Amino acid sequence: MLHSARRLAARAFAPLLLSFGLVLAALAWLPSAAVAQAPIDAALEKLTTDSYSDTIDAIQAIAVSGHPRAAVIIQALQGGQLAFSAAEKKVYVRVGNGLQEAGSGAATAAVPADLADVRANNRVRGIVSAAMGTLTLLNPDPARRLEAAASVLKSRDVASLPALEQALGRETDPAVKAAFAAARAAIVLNKADASDNERVAAIDLIRKRGGQDALGLLRGLPADTPKRVKDAAEAGAKVVETQLALWSGAQNVWYGLSLGSVLLLAAIGLAITFGVMGIINMAHGEMVMIGAYTTFVVQEVIRAHAPGLFDWSLTIAIPLAFLTSGLVGVILERTVIRWLYGRPLETLLATWGISLILMQAVRTQFGANNREVGAPSFMSGSFDIGHMSITWGRLWIIVFALAVFAALILVLKRTPLGLQMRAVTQNRSMASAMGIRTPFVDALTFGLGCGIAGIAGVALSQIDNVSPNLGQSYIIDSFMVVVFGGVGNLWGTLVGAMTLGVINKFLEPYAGAVLGKILVLVFIILFIQKRPRGLFALKGRSVEA
Amino acid sequence: MITSFLLKGFDRRVTFAVLILAVIAVAVPCFNLYLPQNHPLHVPTYLVQLWGKYAAYAMLAVALDLVWGYCGILSLGHGAFFALGGYAMGMYLMRQIGTRGVYAHPILPDFMVFLNWKELPVTWYGFDWFGYAAFMVMFVPGLLAFVFGWFAFRSRVTGVYLSIITQAMTYALLLAFFRNDMGFGGNNGLTDFKDILGYNIQADTTRAGLFFLTVLAVIVSLILASAIVNSKLGKVLLAIRDAESRTRFIGYRVENFKVFVFTVSACMAGIAGALYVPQVGIINPSEFSPANSIEAVIWVAVGGRGTLVGAVVGAVAVNWGKTWFTGAFPAYWLFALGALFVLVTLFLPKGIIGTLSSLMARRPAPAGTLNPKPAE
Repeated sequence: MLHSARRLAARAFAPLLLSFGLVLAALAWLPSAAVAQAPIDAALEKLTTDSYSDTIDAIQAIAVSGHPRAAVIIQALQGGQLAFSAAEKKVYVRVGNGLQEAGSGAATAAVPADLADVRANNRVRGIVSAAMGTLTLLNPDPARRLEAAASVLKSRDVASLPALEQALGRETDPAVKAAFAAARAAIVLNKADASDNERVAAIDLIRKRGGQDALGLLRGLPADTPKRVKDAAEAGAKVVETQLALWSGAQNVWYGLSLGSVLLLAAIGLAITFGVMGIINMAHGEMVMIGAYTTFVVQEVIRAHAPGLFDWSLTIAIPLAFLTSGLVGVILERTVIRWLYGRPLETLLATWGISLILMQAVRTQFGANNREVGAPSFMSGSFDIGHMSITWGRLWIIVFALAVFAALILVLKRTPLGLQMRAVTQNRSMASAMGIRTPFVDALTFGLGCGIAGIAGVALSQIDNVSPNLGQSYIIDSFMVVVFGGVGNLWGTLVGAMTLGVINKFLEPYAGAVLGKILVLVFIILFIQKRPRGLFALKGRSVEA
Repeated sequence: MITSFLLKGFDRRVTFAVLILAVIAVAVPCFNLYLPQNHPLHVPTYLVQLWGKYAAYAMLAVALDLVWGYCGILSLGHGAFFALGGYAMGMYLMRQIGTRGVYAHPILPDFMVFLNWKELPVTWYGFDWFGYAAFMVMFVPGLLAFVFGWFAFRSRVTGVYLSIITQAMTYALLLAFFRNDMGFGGNNGLTDFKDILGYNIQADTTRAGLFFLTVLAVIVSLILASAIVNSKLGKVLLAIRDAESRTRFIGYRVENFKVFVFTVSACMAGIAGALYVPQVGIINPSEFSPANSIEAVIWVAVGGRGTLVGAVVGAVAVNWGKTWFTGAFPAYWLFALGALFVLVTLFLPKGIIGTLSSLMARRPAPAGTLNPKPAE
């Protein structure tokens, strides 16, 4: 039974690994192509001839060159800040009172004697503003090009079509290329003189791209659109809708896994102290809180003495939080809990008292207000997969939760300490007869569970308010996870946490956050009626002891 | 038959406690109402109110002791039954405000007008009539306890598992009552009461009357609980507490006994809550917070689990300590309460009354006193 439960857990674990692999694959695929840069020296020389037609040629050449200075030059011309020296055949940009060489951007001290402004008439001005639009579409930074594509997609301005088509032809980055194509399709779809075939092709393209914008485009056709196009658009919109529903489902699963990993972190220490040892530790949440405050203290020290180490603050805090919470746990076990073995209800009350004391101690020391814990740079920002947005912080927390889980399994299954722990919890007197120092192992096991709660506190400090009440908000959830997953079974805790996380997030859109949480609690209460020992119950005579 | 049943409740300890409580129930209101302000024995109104609150807590503690001390069910959700009773009373009191509210709406309470509700939700029907409200005070907690207990005990959820899911129950209710959509005043709860059964709720005489009624309710619940534990049924309950499986094997339907005593206890807690609300003048969702329920458990533990009288002593002692501490050293009350939890479980497992009676152990301990090592 235990074996099959494990297999079941492994099966449930597989999609998790799979999705994790997908994420990694997506990370490897990062935009790398950049637009080729052509020399603009020839174009710059044309600007020095002081003829409007040469100026126009020059602008067009510069605009499509993709040169990093192209935007500066054309902006300068627009603002009347572009000057030239016919004698030196050089073009300059006025910056404040100084001069910059237009091509290189290098400051020049010597002002040429024949310096004159590059003149512009209305025709030149028209070309300049068109060139500005093209320029952002040709910006060397792919992110900027994407932004430009998005703004064209929104405006659907027919005037930007030629520039867009030009940019589309030159584009090498697949993501940006797709964005350009979509923007082009959006324009075509709304262009008065586009043929039906062109429009249907555009609809096809937009449908393939998908997303909320596409839905808006397909549903928002002008009233005079021919029926054939309209039908194609409606069919396309339906496809996009289904796709969007799937993506939002995937996003919910992701949020659920993210919440599940938080629950897992909070509950995993409890799976040791409650699940393995059978100790009801109501002060478990406070161990999490101590871990979070350890992170706070570490960051304060780093800010004061070594600001350069800030990105390492969490890495430094993890072992320290483990030691701090673990030490508190060992002291707790030696002074209070060991007198109460075999009396779970009394243990519950005593540890509740301890949780009150710890909370009040932290409140006295650090104040009742929330404490600011910063996020290191690798935790901030986000990236997209399809129509899903994934923040780095959440991703790292999931990775971290799974890593802690794996480490814990290894400790329990592969180390002598783990062997002794299992021996003592399974048959105390026999273990003692074999020469294992049971009180010592008890203290270490409890310390391990509390230390892991401390580690969880480091991660939770990133997503929750660090206040004396931090632990209180997790204690009931943690017990629910352990009880739901099955006491004494770490895999049960993993599956339980992830299941509850996903259920919670799927209920939220329908029921709201609070009602969703209530429903989950009710669900667990009912579930416990059906299976009092949790998802993966340990079977055997020892259970009824 | 009922008389003889109740008479069994008068063992030596309960009789003594009932006599003292009866004296208090009469003396305190009299000293408050009929003695002049400057008389040394005059009891100021704020003390009547405070002691009335203690009495409501004491009744909650008796209810808890009945299930925990005599049946081994450590409920961490009795605060929920207390609060439900309180809400039922609060709803009656809200309806009594009538047009005297801020918005002067003839039917809807202020918060509903504020939330732009057009008509009274079905859950509020009938609460303008005291009889119905009084019935709901017992019925709602009793029904919840019955359903919850029926499910839980039938599937043999015992020990700490039961404690944890009762805690989850009160936590879920806490979250639910915080929602405005529930129609029970959301975050702010129910407050601003004007009168009860036509008497001004702020008046000294009403307060004295409420105090008398509350202490009377404590007396009745003590006698009732004591009668239950001294009856044959009580013996079965003790058997369940000490050896549940064995009792089941002998042929008793353990779950029925448990559901019965759990439901009775929940009704008692509901009445306690109903008496509490008019005295403190407010009921809000924080009454559901799991911490409140656990605090009630420590009252019982301090006074002496499984002694009934101890529950009263513990509730009054701990709450008196709380009042004193939060006045004198506000920052240290939680330290003191936490230490109380630890020290009582470690050094005073039988509580004040239990320890006192073992000290006077020449005569045999009354039924229900805990063995030195109870089986869990």
